[in-house]
Amino acid sequence: MKFTLSWLREHLSGDYTLDDVTDALNRIGLEVEGVEDKAAKLKGFTIAYVVSAVQHPNADKLRLCMVDTGGAEPVQVVCGAPNARTGMKSVFSPPGTYIPGKDITLGIGSIRGVESRGMLCSAAELQLSEDHDGIIDLPQDAPVGAVYVDWIGLDDPVIEIAVTPNRADALGVHGIARDLAAVGLGRLVEDEIAPVPGAFPCPVSVTIADGAPCPAFALRLIRGVKNGPSPDWLQAKLRAIGLRPINALVDVTNLLTFDQNRPLHVFDAKKVHGNLKVRRAVSGESLLALDGKTYTLDPSICVIADDKAVESLAGVMGGEESGCDEATTDVLVESALWEPINIAQTGRKLGLNSDARFRFERGIDPAMMVPGLELATRLILDLCGGEPSEITLAGTVPDTTRSIDFPLSLTEKLTGLEASDAEQVDILARLGFTVTGTSGTVQVVPPSWRGDIEGKADLVEEVTRIAGLDRVPSLPFPRDADARKSVLTTLQLRTRKAKRALAARGLVEAVTWSFVPKLQAELFGGGAPELALANPIASDLSDMRPSLLPGLIRAAQANADRGYGEAALFEVGQIFKGDRPQDQFTHATGLRRATAKPSGAGRHWSGKAGAVDAFDAKADALAVLAACGAPVANLQISTDAPSWYHPGRSGTFRLGPNVIGHFGELHPSVLDALKVAGDGKSPLVGFEVVLERIPEPKAKATRVKPLLELVPFQPVERDFAFVVARSVASADLVKAAAGVDRKLITQVSVFDVYEGPGIEANAKSIALSVTLQPREKTLTDAEIEAVTAKIVAEVAKKTGATLRG
Amino acid sequence: MSVAALPDLDALERELSAAIADAADEAGLEAVRIAALGKKGSVSELLKGLGAMSADERKTAGPAINGLRDRLNEALSARRADLKAAALAQRLETERVDVTLPVRETPAELGRVHPISQVIDELTAIFADMGFSVAEGPDIEDDFHNFTALNFPEGHPAREMHDTFYLPTKEDGSRLVLRTHTSPVQVRTMLAKKPPIRVICPGRTYRSDSDQTHTPMFHQVEGLVIDKGANLGHLKWILEEFCKAFFEVDNVKMRFRPSFFPFTEPSMEVDIQCDRSRPGEIRFGEGNDWLEILGCGMVHPNVLKNCGLDPDEYQGFAWGMGIDRIAMLKYGMPDLRAFFEADVRWLSHYGFRPLDFPTLAGGLSA
Repeated sequence: MKFTLSWLREHLSGDYTLDDVTDALNRIGLEVEGVEDKAAKLKGFTIAYVVSAVQHPNADKLRLCMVDTGGAEPVQVVCGAPNARTGMKSVFSPPGTYIPGKDITLGIGSIRGVESRGMLCSAAELQLSEDHDGIIDLPQDAPVGAVYVDWIGLDDPVIEIAVTPNRADALGVHGIARDLAAVGLGRLVEDEIAPVPGAFPCPVSVTIADGAPCPAFALRLIRGVKNGPSPDWLQAKLRAIGLRPINALVDVTNLLTFDQNRPLHVFDAKKVHGNLKVRRAVSGESLLALDGKTYTLDPSICVIADDKAVESLAGVMGGEESGCDEATTDVLVESALWEPINIAQTGRKLGLNSDARFRFERGIDPAMMVPGLELATRLILDLCGGEPSEITLAGTVPDTTRSIDFPLSLTEKLTGLEASDAEQVDILARLGFTVTGTSGTVQVVPPSWRGDIEGKADLVEEVTRIAGLDRVPSLPFPRDADARKSVLTTLQLRTRKAKRALAARGLVEAVTWSFVPKLQAELFGGGAPELALANPIASDLSDMRPSLLPGLIRAAQANADRGYGEAALFEVGQIFKGDRPQDQFTHATGLRRATAKPSGAGRHWSGKAGAVDAFDAKADALAVLAACGAPVANLQISTDAPSWYHPGRSGTFRLGPNVIGHFGELHPSVLDALKVAGDGKSPLVGFEVVLERIPEPKAKATRVKPLLELVPFQPVERDFAFVVARSVASADLVKAAAGVDRKLITQVSVFDVYEGPGIEANAKSIALSVTLQPREKTLTDAEIEAVTAKIVAEVAKKTGATLRG
Repeated sequence: MSVAALPDLDALERELSAAIADAADEAGLEAVRIAALGKKGSVSELLKGLGAMSADERKTAGPAINGLRDRLNEALSARRADLKAAALAQRLETERVDVTLPVRETPAELGRVHPISQVIDELTAIFADMGFSVAEGPDIEDDFHNFTALNFPEGHPAREMHDTFYLPTKEDGSRLVLRTHTSPVQVRTMLAKKPPIRVICPGRTYRSDSDQTHTPMFHQVEGLVIDKGANLGHLKWILEEFCKAFFEVDNVKMRFRPSFFPFTEPSMEVDIQCDRSRPGEIRFGEGNDWLEILGCGMVHPNVLKNCGLDPDEYQGFAWGMGIDRIAMLKYGMPDLRAFFEADVRWLSHYGFRPLDFPTLAGGLSA
């Protein structure tokens, strides 16, 4: 909402400055977005008298002027304007002045060998108009030495405020003035709006069809008007706030829109056929609107139609056919009320923004419907002459009167601000509220223009914003004396631990979009129709992601394309299996590319890093699981990872029936589909861990750790080399060996895997180291032998392995 | 053996001493020792001969031979020590490496935590200290939690303040949205828990908006306090404490301006004092400029009612701000869009080392 300072002064008398106004506006919640003061940068331009203008000695087209600028001596200026002449008055700028139209700062110049100490200016050079044909030619009574912009009254800053959706009343200058008066800045100018008597009945009738979203409609004919350009004052006012003057009749409606927040419409009566009807549009009807576009309508849209066709989109925009132009002699002036929701829906559906829509959808003052029409009538009669009819009314202006019980103590209870009863009552009264009572609980009736006021909390806001938020004290709010437990849920703790654990392994945390292209969603197990955005911002941000991998893979490739191919990235974030809250899971996902191994990437004097492999991803996943408190020793690993992993180089972690995560090399065809170079040189490996699937830690009764048991007997290590079919998992051998005596055997590790010469085809050698920890006494050779034999037998039984000869 | 048969001990000693001195290594020295003092060594043989001597002869020869033996032993140990030292010195010399060669960088030095995660950890530390817990909710929300419960009436222009992402319309005509703010978490918290409530709700939010300063996905943190007396004055204090702790300044001036949000009444926007006179840098706690950092207000009675709380019994306040925005203000990233581009150069530069966990004890950004 824009207005000028002088416009405000029409509604708000008193002695105040621009700064007073902007400060007050900010304080009361009408946030100042900007102040444009065209005059401020033109203060250096003064009125001057051209004492003489003669031919420049060295140039045909230049003149040498002696200029009286109000100083002691005339100043010599070289001027190229064809209209420069002796005895004229014009606008002068001394050296050092910034010339906005040329974007230069003037210096003392020498033009064709003659010194020039300043410049006589065109209107274009001051950016006041497009006119650059000659220097400004002022009347003879212009006072020499005066600041030009002050003399022409240009000293009128334009103020732009942001009006929040609840404050429709501040979409008119009068309403803004009322708020400022309430805060003590000047007095509201309230002129009685006297009805203009009609000379004859309105010949056009209005009916409101059942179900039309129009509570009331007022109409009057003014005949015999002479339309044309509106006077300078009105054009200047509209231009100042960025509106284009059209003609007097239309300009009057625009003026009242911004002056009183009362949008109106004018029809050329001669172009209206018969009577007007407010009704819902019939499907297929269309209207060429004043913006030059044709809109196709449907019954959700309310229109004003005559006997022949639709003439106006109710409350949004008028039609071109019945619009007023300079030939208009009889004008129908409309002032109506519309249901805000319908206006908003119509505007949205048609993609049509207008000043009228903006106001009607926020709600205008219903009590201003008829007075607004009277104001318009008076202005039209003043500017265009003519003879008004009586006003014809359809519908009834709704009575919005309501009373709110307001305990004055509520202000302090909700805000801590101390304001006396009298002050509170006074503030409300100044804002136009009717208050009954002076203390305790008072009855407050909001004014007709404040449709946003619903209850007592709204009244607290009114009191507080006018009294001043700076009066709200800062009141300490210490924490409750509760126990200092963790404020984080298990999932939140896991999320932060997973992030730190992965970063500590050299991975860099990325935050990627929650939406991915449909193809990628489908490749990673998603793409369900209910997870596709109805209005994506771009086609590659279309579907809620089923996995964090596609985002990381794309990011790794983008980094590689920039020359940073050794990317190790992770993200801990949400994925979507469905659209219900319980379908959202938190994944910790990592990706390594090329040689970005945990031990370091690329070439190094101590040894070149090899390509990343499934075991790097497995180690990352296990680091997350361990950091999150998963029982890592109990994890089962199977080879049934989802389709986006390499089938032979990937695994799935399970705890009982629950899938906890996956790891491995990415499937080459998935990488192909993502257009990512997944060749042998720069493989991609990744993992996904579902943080919610890690079992909740058992509640512990005590923080005390179990007592440490130190056994005095040395552990014994025995090595075994087994030969087993290539398809057998090493984990099965480990499990079989460990299961022989769970008390005695404390560790089983794989210390060598070999395939090749010496081992038959389709077989491999796996070397296990088994640690025995005696607890009661040192083991005898015979006891060790017995365990060893059992291990060999058990591993053979479970896996078919034989001891290597 | 007669006395006359005694060899020239001096010559023998000279010979053996020379052999000891000439021994090139411990093995050579050992050979000399064996030749002299071994079972059949020359000196050992002489010692054996003592038994056959007369007492007189022994009186002279005994001390002479024993003396020789002792001197040889001494010379041997001295030489052995020298050889050992020389051998060690030589080994150490050959074991010399170029310690200026670079080592592989520690993974923990390479890894980074994203500034958003770091700032969430900072916020958590600050508000946990003030007795707040952390609440979260789903990104895909229904109309009730995202709008209706928060007092956004259907068709109200306030809904248009949010450029909402929608999921497909369902058979019953309803459609889910990507939450446009983290306020639905407040609704879920109030519906699930009886007051007193003190929570912060950090998380991802979505609006279909994209330009220099807007991304379709961004992060918000909101705070909510509900009890029987929490008022704007308390909110003011909490926000002041937060700004001091977060921006790590001793004092901070704030300016409250009336504003509008459907879910609070009264509603305010808050500006924070700063100094923007240096290009590309904002300093907090000083200067004459103001910067808007958050919106807040008293929870609207309709919201309390919608969440099953009696507005005549309970009251409280809420505030919300952009995590990405306050991260930019504190750490000076110039462009919001870069937060989500996963450029490792940006992440390495603006990210945080994994062990730099924010704590109040250590200073949040120390």
